Amino acid sequence: MTPMTQDQSNLTIANPKMSARDVKVFYGEKQAIKGVSIDVDMDHVTAFIGPSGCGKSTFLRTLNRMNDTVASARVEGEITLDGEDIYASSMDVVQLRARVGMVFQKPNPFPKSIYENIAYGPRIHGLAASKADMDVVVEKSLRRAGLWEEVKDRLHDSGTALSGGQQQRLCIGRAIAVEPEVILMDEPCSALDPIATAKIEELIHELRGRYAIVIVTHNMQQAARVSQRTAFFHLGELVEYGVTSDIFTNPRQERTKDYITGRYG
Amino acid sequence: MAEHTIKAFDDEIDRLRGLIAEMGGRAEAAIENAMLALQRQDLALAAEVVEGDKRIDAIEAEVEKLVIEVIALRAPMANDLRDVIAALKIVSVIERIGDYAKNIAKRVPLIATNKRLLEPMSLLPSMGQVAAEMVHDVLNAYAARDPDLAQAVVDRDAVVDDFYNSVFRTLVTFMVENPKTISECAQLLFVAKHIERIGDHATNVAEMVYYAATGQTMPERERGGTDAQAEI
Repeated sequence: MTPMTQDQSNLTIANPKMSARDVKVFYGEKQAIKGVSIDVDMDHVTAFIGPSGCGKSTFLRTLNRMNDTVASARVEGEITLDGEDIYASSMDVVQLRARVGMVFQKPNPFPKSIYENIAYGPRIHGLAASKADMDVVVEKSLRRAGLWEEVKDRLHDSGTALSGGQQQRLCIGRAIAVEPEVILMDEPCSALDPIATAKIEELIHELRGRYAIVIVTHNMQQAARVSQRTAFFHLGELVEYGVTSDIFTNPRQERTKDYITGRYG
Repeated sequence: MAEHTIKAFDDEIDRLRGLIAEMGGRAEAAIENAMLALQRQDLALAAEVVEGDKRIDAIEAEVEKLVIEVIALRAPMANDLRDVIAALKIVSVIERIGDYAKNIAKRVPLIATNKRLLEPMSLLPSMGQVAAEMVHDVLNAYAARDPDLAQAVVDRDAVVDDFYNSVFRTLVTFMVENPKTISECAQLLFVAKHIERIGDHATNVAEMVYYAATGQTMPERERGGTDAQAEI
Protein backbone atom coordinates (compact mmCIF):
# COMPACT_ATOMS: atom_id res chain seq x y z
CA MET A 1 0.00 0.00 0.00
CA THR A 2 1.29 3.46 -0.86
CA PRO A 3 2.23 5.76 2.00
CA MET A 4 -0.09 8.53 3.19
CA THR A 5 0.48 11.68 1.18
CA GLN A 6 2.82 14.20 2.71
CA ASP A 7 0.53 17.20 2.61
CA GLN A 8 -2.14 15.47 4.67
CA SER A 9 0.08 13.77 7.19
CA ASN A 10 3.00 14.74 9.39
CA LEU A 11 3.25 11.11 10.48
CA THR A 12 4.71 7.84 9.43
CA ILE A 13 2.82 4.96 11.00
CA ALA A 14 4.92 1.83 11.04
CA ASN A 15 2.33 -0.85 11.80
CA PRO A 16 -1.06 0.40 10.72
CA LYS A 17 -4.03 -1.60 11.98
CA MET A 18 -6.32 0.08 9.49
CA SER A 19 -5.38 2.00 6.36
CA ALA A 20 -7.50 4.09 4.04
CA ARG A 21 -6.30 5.20 0.63
CA ASP A 22 -8.00 7.84 -1.50
CA VAL A 23 -11.38 7.10 0.06
CA LYS A 24 -14.30 8.95 -1.49
CA VAL A 25 -17.87 8.76 -0.22
CA PHE A 26 -20.91 9.92 -2.18
CA TYR A 27 -24.48 10.34 -0.97
CA GLY A 28 -26.26 10.21 -4.31
CA GLU A 29 -24.70 13.05 -6.35
CA LYS A 30 -23.18 14.79 -3.35
CA GLN A 31 -19.58 13.96 -2.51
CA ALA A 32 -19.09 13.89 1.27
CA ILE A 33 -15.50 12.60 1.41
CA LYS A 34 -12.96 13.78 -1.17
CA GLY A 35 -10.06 11.36 -1.25
CA VAL A 36 -8.91 10.65 2.30
CA SER A 37 -5.79 8.59 3.06
CA ILE A 38 -4.95 7.76 6.65
CA ASP A 39 -3.37 5.04 8.79
CA VAL A 40 -4.31 4.22 12.39
CA ASP A 41 -2.40 1.91 14.72
CA MET A 42 -2.96 0.00 17.97
CA ASP A 43 -0.67 2.05 20.17
CA HIS A 44 -2.31 5.41 19.82
CA VAL A 45 -5.77 6.86 20.21
CA THR A 46 -6.70 8.72 17.05
CA ALA A 47 -9.11 11.64 17.20
CA PHE A 48 -11.03 13.00 14.23
CA ILE A 49 -11.96 16.66 14.66
CA GLY A 50 -13.60 19.23 12.43
CA PRO A 51 -16.68 21.41 12.13
CA SER A 52 -20.17 19.95 11.59
CA GLY A 53 -20.56 18.53 8.13
CA CYS A 54 -16.80 18.13 7.57
CA GLY A 55 -17.20 14.39 6.96
CA LYS A 56 -15.47 13.06 10.06
CA SER A 57 -18.40 10.86 11.14
CA THR A 58 -19.06 9.76 7.56
CA PHE A 59 -15.43 8.73 7.23
CA LEU A 60 -15.48 6.94 10.60
CA ARG A 61 -18.46 4.93 9.41
CA THR A 62 -16.60 3.72 6.33
CA LEU A 63 -14.15 1.94 8.66
CA ASN A 64 -16.70 -0.73 9.61
CA ARG A 65 -19.01 -0.31 6.62
CA MET A 66 -21.81 1.36 8.55
CA ASN A 67 -22.50 3.36 5.38
CA ASP A 68 -23.70 0.11 3.77
CA THR A 69 -26.95 0.69 5.65
CA VAL A 70 -27.48 4.01 3.81
CA ALA A 71 -29.02 3.18 0.43
CA SER A 72 -27.70 6.25 -1.41
CA ALA A 73 -24.16 5.97 -0.04
CA ARG A 74 -21.32 4.84 -2.29
CA VAL A 75 -17.71 4.31 -1.15
CA GLU A 76 -14.67 4.42 -3.46
CA GLY A 77 -11.01 3.85 -2.66
CA GLU A 78 -9.45 1.23 -0.47
CA ILE A 79 -9.76 0.48 3.25
CA THR A 80 -7.85 -2.35 4.83
CA LEU A 81 -7.84 -4.05 8.23
CA ASP A 82 -4.52 -5.86 8.79
CA GLY A 83 -3.92 -5.47 5.06
CA GLU A 84 -7.24 -7.10 4.13
CA ASP A 85 -9.67 -5.10 1.97
CA ILE A 86 -12.81 -4.67 4.08
CA TYR A 87 -14.91 -3.82 1.02
CA ALA A 88 -13.93 -7.07 -0.76
CA SER A 89 -16.88 -9.29 -1.67
CA SER A 90 -15.36 -12.04 0.45
CA MET A 91 -15.56 -9.89 3.59
CA ASP A 92 -18.25 -11.00 6.08
CA VAL A 93 -19.74 -7.71 7.25
CA VAL A 94 -21.09 -9.15 10.51
CA GLN A 95 -17.64 -10.50 11.31
CA LEU A 96 -16.08 -7.17 10.30
CA ARG A 97 -18.30 -5.25 12.71
CA ALA A 98 -17.30 -7.58 15.53
CA ARG A 99 -13.64 -6.88 14.75
CA VAL A 100 -14.29 -3.17 14.29
CA GLY A 101 -16.76 -2.23 17.03
CA MET A 102 -18.63 1.02 17.33
CA VAL A 103 -19.89 3.20 20.16
CA PHE A 104 -22.45 5.87 19.30
CA GLN A 105 -23.27 9.38 20.39
CA LYS A 106 -26.36 8.43 22.34
CA PRO A 107 -25.97 5.39 24.59
CA ASN A 108 -28.15 2.68 23.06
CA PRO A 109 -28.28 -0.34 25.36
CA PHE A 110 -30.69 -3.09 24.38
CA PRO A 111 -33.89 -3.04 26.47
CA LYS A 112 -32.62 -6.09 28.30
CA SER A 113 -30.65 -6.79 31.46
CA ILE A 114 -27.12 -5.51 31.97
CA TYR A 115 -25.91 -9.11 31.72
CA GLU A 116 -27.75 -9.73 28.46
CA ASN A 117 -26.45 -6.52 26.93
CA ILE A 118 -22.92 -7.86 27.27
CA ALA A 119 -23.73 -11.52 26.57
CA TYR A 120 -25.64 -10.90 23.36
CA GLY A 121 -22.63 -10.40 21.08
CA PRO A 122 -20.47 -13.23 22.43
CA ARG A 123 -23.46 -15.56 22.16
CA ILE A 124 -24.20 -14.86 18.49
CA HIS A 125 -20.50 -15.02 17.68
CA GLY A 126 -20.14 -18.28 19.64
CA LEU A 127 -17.47 -16.90 21.97
CA ALA A 128 -18.74 -18.66 25.12
CA ALA A 129 -19.38 -22.40 25.35
CA SER A 130 -21.20 -22.48 28.68
CA LYS A 131 -22.98 -20.30 31.22
CA ALA A 132 -19.78 -20.30 33.30
CA ASP A 133 -17.78 -19.13 30.27
CA MET A 134 -20.31 -16.41 29.62
CA ASP A 135 -20.15 -15.24 33.24
CA VAL A 136 -16.41 -14.83 32.79
CA VAL A 137 -16.83 -12.89 29.54
CA VAL A 138 -19.47 -10.61 31.12
CA GLU A 139 -17.37 -9.86 34.18
CA LYS A 140 -14.20 -9.29 32.15
CA SER A 141 -15.99 -6.98 29.72
CA LEU A 142 -17.68 -4.97 32.48
CA ARG A 143 -14.38 -4.68 34.34
CA ARG A 144 -12.61 -3.40 31.24
CA ALA A 145 -15.45 -0.96 30.71
CA GLY A 146 -14.94 0.28 34.27
CA LEU A 147 -18.52 -0.61 35.21
CA TRP A 148 -18.22 -3.90 37.13
CA GLU A 149 -17.99 -2.46 40.64
CA GLU A 150 -21.09 -0.34 40.04
CA VAL A 151 -23.32 -3.09 38.62
CA LYS A 152 -22.03 -6.45 39.92
CA ASP A 153 -24.91 -6.73 42.39
CA ARG A 154 -27.63 -5.91 39.88
CA LEU A 155 -26.58 -7.62 36.66
CA HIS A 156 -30.16 -8.59 35.96
CA ASP A 157 -31.56 -5.07 36.18
CA SER A 158 -32.40 -3.42 32.89
CA GLY A 159 -29.53 -1.73 31.08
CA THR A 160 -31.76 1.22 30.34
CA ALA A 161 -32.19 1.88 34.08
CA LEU A 162 -28.54 2.93 34.36
CA SER A 163 -27.43 6.57 34.24
CA GLY A 164 -26.35 7.99 30.87
CA GLY A 165 -22.65 7.63 31.64
CA GLN A 166 -23.13 4.07 32.91
CA GLN A 167 -25.16 3.22 29.80
CA GLN A 168 -22.33 4.50 27.61
CA ARG A 169 -19.79 2.40 29.51
CA LEU A 170 -22.20 -0.54 29.13
CA CYS A 171 -22.15 0.05 25.36
CA ILE A 172 -18.34 0.13 25.43
CA GLY A 173 -18.42 -3.13 27.45
CA ARG A 174 -20.78 -4.59 24.85
CA ALA A 175 -18.33 -3.64 22.07
CA ILE A 176 -15.41 -5.10 24.03
CA ALA A 177 -17.23 -8.37 24.76
CA VAL A 178 -16.82 -9.64 21.19
CA GLU A 179 -13.05 -9.07 21.39
CA PRO A 180 -12.73 -6.42 18.73
CA GLU A 181 -9.44 -5.17 17.34
CA VAL A 182 -10.64 -1.66 16.61
CA ILE A 183 -13.17 0.47 18.51
CA LEU A 184 -14.76 3.41 16.72
CA MET A 185 -16.39 6.04 18.91
CA ASP A 186 -18.70 8.61 17.38
CA GLU A 187 -19.10 11.52 19.81
CA PRO A 188 -19.28 9.10 22.75
CA CYS A 189 -19.54 11.82 25.41
CA SER A 190 -21.71 14.46 23.80
CA ALA A 191 -24.78 13.34 25.77
CA LEU A 192 -22.89 13.02 29.08
CA ASP A 193 -22.11 15.36 31.96
CA PRO A 194 -18.47 16.28 32.75
CA ILE A 195 -18.01 13.59 35.42
CA ALA A 196 -19.39 10.81 33.21
CA THR A 197 -17.27 12.25 30.37
CA ALA A 198 -14.12 12.09 32.50
CA LYS A 199 -14.86 8.43 33.31
CA ILE A 200 -15.18 7.59 29.61
CA GLU A 201 -11.98 9.48 28.85
CA GLU A 202 -10.15 7.59 31.60
CA LEU A 203 -11.56 4.37 30.17
CA ILE A 204 -10.29 5.28 26.69
CA HIS A 205 -6.87 5.83 28.24
CA GLU A 206 -6.97 2.38 29.87
CA LEU A 207 -8.12 0.65 26.68
CA ARG A 208 -5.35 2.19 24.60
CA GLY A 209 -2.87 -0.35 23.31
CA ARG A 210 -5.33 -3.25 23.66
CA TYR A 211 -7.49 -1.93 20.83
CA ALA A 212 -6.96 0.59 18.05
CA ILE A 213 -9.28 3.41 19.09
CA VAL A 214 -10.63 6.09 16.80
CA ILE A 215 -12.82 8.79 18.32
CA VAL A 216 -14.83 11.47 16.57
CA THR A 217 -15.39 14.48 18.77
CA HIS A 218 -16.71 18.01 18.52
CA ASN A 219 -14.90 18.84 21.71
CA MET A 220 -11.35 19.85 20.86
CA GLN A 221 -10.28 19.73 24.48
CA GLN A 222 -11.46 16.14 24.55
CA ALA A 223 -9.38 15.33 21.47
CA ALA A 224 -6.42 16.99 23.18
CA ARG A 225 -7.01 15.03 26.37
CA VAL A 226 -7.62 11.52 25.04
CA SER A 227 -5.71 11.19 21.79
CA GLN A 228 -2.11 10.97 20.70
CA ARG A 229 -2.93 11.45 17.01
CA THR A 230 -5.32 14.03 15.64
CA ALA A 231 -6.80 14.30 12.18
CA PHE A 232 -8.51 17.54 11.16
CA PHE A 233 -11.26 17.25 8.54
CA HIS A 234 -12.78 20.14 6.65
CA LEU A 235 -15.24 20.08 3.74
CA GLY A 236 -14.74 16.36 3.18
CA GLU A 237 -10.95 16.60 3.09
CA LEU A 238 -8.35 15.44 5.55
CA VAL A 239 -6.54 18.74 6.03
CA GLU A 240 -3.91 17.65 8.51
CA TYR A 241 -3.00 14.53 10.47
CA GLY A 242 -0.32 14.64 13.12
CA VAL A 243 0.83 14.12 16.69
CA THR A 244 -1.86 15.63 18.92
CA SER A 245 0.55 17.85 20.85
CA ASP A 246 1.88 19.26 17.56
CA ILE A 247 -1.59 19.86 16.15
CA PHE A 248 -2.61 21.81 19.25
CA THR A 249 0.59 23.81 19.72
CA ASN A 250 1.91 24.25 16.21
CA PRO A 251 -0.38 23.13 13.39
CA ARG A 252 1.12 23.30 9.91
CA GLN A 253 -2.00 24.17 7.98
CA GLU A 254 -3.68 27.54 8.20
CA ARG A 255 -7.14 25.93 8.19
CA THR A 256 -6.23 23.71 11.14
CA LYS A 257 -4.90 26.70 13.05
CA ASP A 258 -8.02 28.77 12.41
CA TYR A 259 -10.26 25.93 13.54
CA ILE A 260 -8.48 24.97 16.73
CA THR A 261 -7.92 28.58 17.83
CA GLY A 262 -11.61 29.37 17.35
CA ARG A 263 -11.23 31.52 14.24
CA TYR A 264 -13.11 29.24 11.89
CA GLY A 265 -15.93 30.60 9.76
CA MET B 1 -4.83 37.46 11.52
CA ALA B 2 -8.48 36.46 11.39
CA GLU B 3 -10.63 37.28 14.40
CA HIS B 4 -11.85 34.76 16.92
CA THR B 5 -15.50 33.77 16.71
CA ILE B 6 -15.68 34.84 20.36
CA LYS B 7 -14.81 38.56 20.18
CA ALA B 8 -14.06 38.88 23.91
CA PHE B 9 -11.10 36.59 23.35
CA ASP B 10 -9.64 39.04 20.81
CA ASP B 11 -10.17 41.87 23.30
CA GLU B 12 -8.22 39.99 25.95
CA ILE B 13 -5.35 39.18 23.58
CA ASP B 14 -5.26 42.84 22.50
CA ARG B 15 -5.18 43.97 26.11
CA LEU B 16 -2.35 41.56 26.86
CA ARG B 17 -0.33 42.83 23.93
CA GLY B 18 -1.06 46.44 24.88
CA LEU B 19 0.17 45.88 28.44
CA ILE B 20 3.39 44.29 27.20
CA ALA B 21 3.96 47.16 24.77
CA GLU B 22 3.51 49.64 27.61
CA MET B 23 5.76 47.68 29.93
CA GLY B 24 8.50 47.40 27.31
CA GLY B 25 8.25 51.10 26.49
CA ARG B 26 8.65 51.94 30.15
CA ALA B 27 11.65 49.62 30.54
CA GLU B 28 13.31 51.13 27.47
CA ALA B 29 12.73 54.66 28.80
CA ALA B 30 14.06 53.60 32.21
CA ILE B 31 17.34 52.45 30.65
CA GLU B 32 17.72 55.68 28.66
CA ASN B 33 16.85 57.91 31.61
CA ALA B 34 19.13 56.01 33.99
CA MET B 35 22.04 56.47 31.58
CA LEU B 36 21.15 60.13 31.07
CA ALA B 37 20.97 60.64 34.84
CA LEU B 38 24.40 59.03 35.16
CA GLN B 39 25.96 61.25 32.48
CA ARG B 40 24.41 64.45 33.78
CA GLN B 41 24.56 63.59 37.45
CA ASP B 42 20.84 64.31 37.49
CA LEU B 43 19.71 62.92 40.84
CA ALA B 44 16.08 63.92 40.31
CA LEU B 45 15.90 61.97 37.06
CA ALA B 46 17.58 59.00 38.75
CA ALA B 47 14.95 59.11 41.51
CA GLU B 48 12.25 59.22 38.85
CA VAL B 49 13.61 56.02 37.29
CA VAL B 50 13.59 54.27 40.68
CA GLU B 51 10.03 55.40 41.31
CA GLY B 52 8.87 54.43 37.79
CA ASP B 53 9.92 50.82 38.33
CA LYS B 54 6.84 50.33 40.51
CA ARG B 55 4.56 50.71 37.49
CA ILE B 56 6.63 48.14 35.58
CA ASP B 57 6.21 45.68 38.47
CA ALA B 58 2.48 46.41 38.59
CA ILE B 59 2.08 45.65 34.88
CA GLU B 60 3.86 42.34 35.37
CA ALA B 61 1.33 41.38 38.04
CA GLU B 62 -1.54 42.50 35.81
CA VAL B 63 -0.30 40.44 32.86
CA GLU B 64 0.17 37.35 35.03
CA LYS B 65 -3.39 37.64 36.26
CA LEU B 66 -4.75 38.13 32.76
CA VAL B 67 -2.77 35.20 31.32
CA ILE B 68 -4.07 32.87 34.04
CA GLU B 69 -7.62 34.01 33.29
CA VAL B 70 -7.20 33.53 29.54
CA ILE B 71 -5.78 30.03 30.00
CA ALA B 72 -8.52 29.07 32.45
CA LEU B 73 -11.45 30.58 30.56
CA ARG B 74 -10.45 30.44 26.88
CA ALA B 75 -8.25 27.34 26.71
CA PRO B 76 -6.07 28.94 24.02
CA MET B 77 -4.56 26.69 21.36
CA ALA B 78 -1.72 26.77 18.83
CA ASN B 79 -0.43 30.30 18.12
CA ASP B 80 -2.79 31.74 20.75
CA LEU B 81 -1.34 29.40 23.35
CA ARG B 82 2.21 30.25 22.32
CA ASP B 83 1.31 33.95 22.45
CA VAL B 84 -0.01 33.91 26.00
CA ILE B 85 2.75 31.66 27.34
CA ALA B 86 5.32 33.95 25.70
CA ALA B 87 3.54 36.94 27.28
CA LEU B 88 3.84 35.35 30.71
CA LYS B 89 7.55 34.67 30.27
CA ILE B 90 8.33 37.97 28.58
CA VAL B 91 6.90 40.10 31.40
CA SER B 92 9.06 38.41 34.00
CA VAL B 93 12.12 39.18 31.88
CA ILE B 94 11.10 42.80 31.24
CA GLU B 95 10.57 43.16 34.97
CA ARG B 96 14.22 42.14 35.43
CA ILE B 97 15.30 44.63 32.76
CA GLY B 98 13.41 47.31 34.70
CA ASP B 99 15.25 46.26 37.86
CA TYR B 100 18.62 46.66 36.16
CA ALA B 101 17.67 50.15 34.97
CA LYS B 102 16.58 50.94 38.53
CA ASN B 103 19.88 49.61 39.91
CA ILE B 104 21.83 51.83 37.50
CA ALA B 105 19.76 54.81 38.66
CA LYS B 106 20.42 53.93 42.31
CA ARG B 107 24.17 54.06 41.68
CA VAL B 108 24.05 57.59 40.24
CA PRO B 109 24.37 59.34 43.67
CA LEU B 110 27.35 57.09 44.47
CA ILE B 111 29.29 58.26 41.45
CA ALA B 112 30.11 61.88 42.29
CA THR B 113 30.59 64.38 39.50
CA ASN B 114 34.22 64.10 38.72
CA LYS B 115 35.99 65.19 35.59
CA ARG B 116 38.55 62.46 36.18
CA LEU B 117 35.90 59.87 35.33
CA LEU B 118 35.26 61.21 31.83
CA GLU B 119 37.62 58.72 30.22
CA PRO B 120 36.35 55.46 31.77
CA MET B 121 32.73 56.63 31.34
CA SER B 122 33.11 57.43 27.67
CA LEU B 123 31.87 54.08 26.35
CA LEU B 124 28.91 53.61 28.70
CA PRO B 125 26.36 55.87 26.96
CA SER B 126 26.82 54.08 23.62
CA MET B 127 26.65 50.72 25.35
CA GLY B 128 23.43 51.73 27.09
CA GLN B 129 22.06 52.97 23.79
CA VAL B 130 22.58 49.61 22.09
CA ALA B 131 20.92 47.75 24.99
CA ALA B 132 17.94 50.13 24.96
CA GLU B 133 17.60 49.65 21.19
CA MET B 134 17.62 45.88 21.66
CA VAL B 135 14.73 46.22 24.13
CA HIS B 136 12.94 48.54 21.71
CA ASP B 137 13.42 46.24 18.71
CA VAL B 138 12.48 43.05 20.54
CA LEU B 139 9.16 44.64 21.51
CA ASN B 140 8.58 45.64 17.91
CA ALA B 141 9.35 42.05 16.95
CA TYR B 142 6.78 40.89 19.52
CA ALA B 143 4.15 43.34 18.29
CA ALA B 144 4.71 42.37 14.63
CA ARG B 145 5.31 38.64 15.41
CA ASP B 146 8.48 39.08 13.36
CA PRO B 147 10.99 36.23 13.82
CA ASP B 148 13.64 37.90 11.61
CA LEU B 149 13.70 41.01 13.75
CA ALA B 150 13.91 38.81 16.85
CA GLN B 151 16.90 37.05 15.31
CA ALA B 152 18.53 40.43 14.58
CA VAL B 153 18.18 41.37 18.26
CA VAL B 154 19.91 38.17 19.31
CA ASP B 155 22.75 38.87 16.89
CA ARG B 156 23.17 42.38 18.31
CA ASP B 157 23.90 41.04 21.80
CA ALA B 158 27.49 40.41 20.68
CA VAL B 159 27.91 44.19 20.34
CA VAL B 160 26.88 44.71 23.96
CA ASP B 161 29.22 41.95 25.08
CA ASP B 162 32.11 43.55 23.17
CA PHE B 163 31.32 46.88 24.76
CA TYR B 164 31.33 45.25 28.15
CA ASN B 165 34.75 43.70 27.61
CA SER B 166 36.16 47.06 26.46
CA VAL B 167 34.64 48.92 29.41
CA PHE B 168 35.92 46.28 31.78
CA ARG B 169 39.52 46.56 30.51
CA THR B 170 39.37 50.35 30.42
CA LEU B 171 38.10 50.54 33.98
CA VAL B 172 40.64 48.06 35.34
CA THR B 173 43.50 49.95 33.67
CA PHE B 174 42.11 53.23 34.91
CA MET B 175 41.80 51.95 38.48
CA VAL B 176 45.40 50.76 38.46
CA GLU B 177 46.53 54.19 37.38
CA ASN B 178 44.10 56.17 39.54
CA PRO B 179 43.60 54.27 42.79
CA LYS B 180 41.65 57.17 44.31
CA THR B 181 38.80 56.51 41.85
CA ILE B 182 38.44 52.83 42.68
CA SER B 183 35.21 53.26 44.63
CA GLU B 184 33.50 55.10 41.78
CA CYS B 185 34.99 52.91 39.07
CA ALA B 186 33.69 49.83 40.89
CA GLN B 187 30.21 51.39 40.67
CA LEU B 188 30.76 51.98 36.96
CA LEU B 189 31.74 48.34 36.55
CA PHE B 190 28.41 47.38 38.06
CA VAL B 191 26.65 49.75 35.68
CA ALA B 192 28.41 48.10 32.74
CA LYS B 193 27.46 44.67 34.07
CA HIS B 194 23.82 45.72 34.44
CA ILE B 195 23.74 46.88 30.83
CA GLU B 196 25.36 43.66 29.71
CA ARG B 197 22.66 41.71 31.56
CA ILE B 198 19.95 43.84 29.93
CA GLY B 199 21.33 42.74 26.56
CA ASP B 200 21.15 39.10 27.65
CA HIS B 201 17.58 39.51 28.82
CA ALA B 202 16.55 41.22 25.57
CA THR B 203 18.05 38.18 23.85
CA ASN B 204 15.91 35.88 25.99
CA VAL B 205 12.81 37.84 25.04
CA ALA B 206 13.82 37.58 21.39
CA GLU B 207 13.98 33.79 21.71
CA MET B 208 10.47 33.74 23.18
CA VAL B 209 9.18 36.01 20.42
CA TYR B 210 10.74 33.71 17.83
CA TYR B 211 9.05 30.67 19.39
CA ALA B 212 5.68 32.39 19.68
CA ALA B 213 5.85 33.51 16.05
CA THR B 214 7.10 30.29 14.47
CA GLY B 215 6.42 27.42 16.88
CA GLN B 216 10.10 26.52 16.55
CA THR B 217 12.91 27.20 19.01
CA MET B 218 15.53 29.61 17.70
CA PRO B 219 18.59 27.88 16.27
CA GLU B 220 21.35 27.84 18.90
CA ARG B 221 23.91 30.52 18.18
CA GLU B 222 27.68 30.24 18.38
CA ARG B 223 29.03 31.38 21.73
CA GLY B 224 32.14 33.56 21.76
CA GLY B 225 35.48 32.16 22.91
CA THR B 226 37.41 33.18 25.98
CA ASP B 227 36.61 36.72 26.96
CA ALA B 228 36.54 38.61 30.19
CA GLN B 229 32.76 38.32 30.41
CA ALA B 230 32.87 34.59 30.92
CA GLU B 231 34.70 34.85 34.24
CA ILE B 232 33.13 37.96 35.67
